[in-house]
Amino acid sequence: MLHAIFFIFLFQLLGEVIQKLLQITIPGPVIGLVLLVIFLIAKERFGKRWLSETFERDLIATSESILRYLPLLFVPIGVGVVLHVSLFKGTLLQVLVLLVVGTCSTIAFTAWVMQKVQDKTQEKRLAKSHLKGEMEEKGDKHD
Amino acid sequence: MTEQDRLYQIWVYLQAEPLFWLTLTIGAFLVGDYLYKKSNQFPLVNPVAISIILVSSVLLIFDIDYERYFSGAKFIHFMLGPATVALAIPIYKKWHLITHNAKAIMAAVVLGSIFAILTTYALAILFDLDHQLILSLLPRSVTAPISMGISELIGGIPSLTAIITIITGIIGAALGAFVLDLMKIRSLSARGMGIGLASHGIGTARAMSRNEEAGVFSAVAMGLSGIVTSILVPIAVKILF
Repeated sequence: MLHAIFFIFLFQLLGEVIQKLLQITIPGPVIGLVLLVIFLIAKERFGKRWLSETFERDLIATSESILRYLPLLFVPIGVGVVLHVSLFKGTLLQVLVLLVVGTCSTIAFTAWVMQKVQDKTQEKRLAKSHLKGEMEEKGDKHD
Repeated sequence: MTEQDRLYQIWVYLQAEPLFWLTLTIGAFLVGDYLYKKSNQFPLVNPVAISIILVSSVLLIFDIDYERYFSGAKFIHFMLGPATVALAIPIYKKWHLITHNAKAIMAAVVLGSIFAILTTYALAILFDLDHQLILSLLPRSVTAPISMGISELIGGIPSLTAIITIITGIIGAALGAFVLDLMKIRSLSARGMGIGLASHGIGTARAMSRNEEAGVFSAVAMGLSGIVTSILVPIAVKILF
């Protein structure tokens, strides 16, 4: 587990350094996440031996146990929010309504777009494979 | 020394130590999680919201300032970074699903991000909110470090944006499942995209705890919308103001 934690910290550290160097608004841990995905996919393609099988299993198990408690990690900043609501000075209700309506509609809209495009590509794929099937069938008859 | 003095001294000692605040935070979360499970995983019984309310109540009742609490709770807060990096593992495991849905993901991220910015703007104008509050609201749907950075860049108040961002996350985590059921969205990937795009890490945390596939797409949506939004909001500000 310690090796896996070291590995995860190392990628975060890399991400933080890159963020500071390039001075971009993308947070260091997100850059670390992208780097780790790239690393794992590159490993899958080019170098199975980059990580031993036991290490990879350990990395998966460790990450999964961290991620199981992901919601807990938001509690400390959440408490800060409750204690600072006074910042809204009389507009709290409007802001809350805006946030509820805005967030719910964005969830609905985004999921709807995703599903629509998925259905479309699925149809196209089916049509393509259908067409291919027909052509092969014709080819068979020709012979 | 009387009994009361001794108790007071213990209390003074505990307040100054991280141990007490860590135990309180984890304890409150376990209570929230227990209630959530007891309620048959009813989305409104959100473990994060419950634990936030419990901890805040303790702080308000005993008149403890946030800085003191956070000096202990920061050890939990610290793990957010590594946990974000750890999201790489489920994404890698489901990579074939992501490449398979690349077109749909791009469409959902770009259109969803535009939708989030425009609805926020429209509602803010409708409610006649002041200029600086509107600027602080615009980047609200992406993860706090990004939204704060954008807010600063366009002339909002970063700390206000941070608060708005977190409330947005809690709302998405609590109400997202209802909205998606209402819309009859069954595809797990589409559900995850909606939650992650609109409510970043807090929504993703919930999606991940319910279903790995939805969680993965939520994490992908969160990352990509962070990038897209940081490009779009400054452009939107130029056009709208």
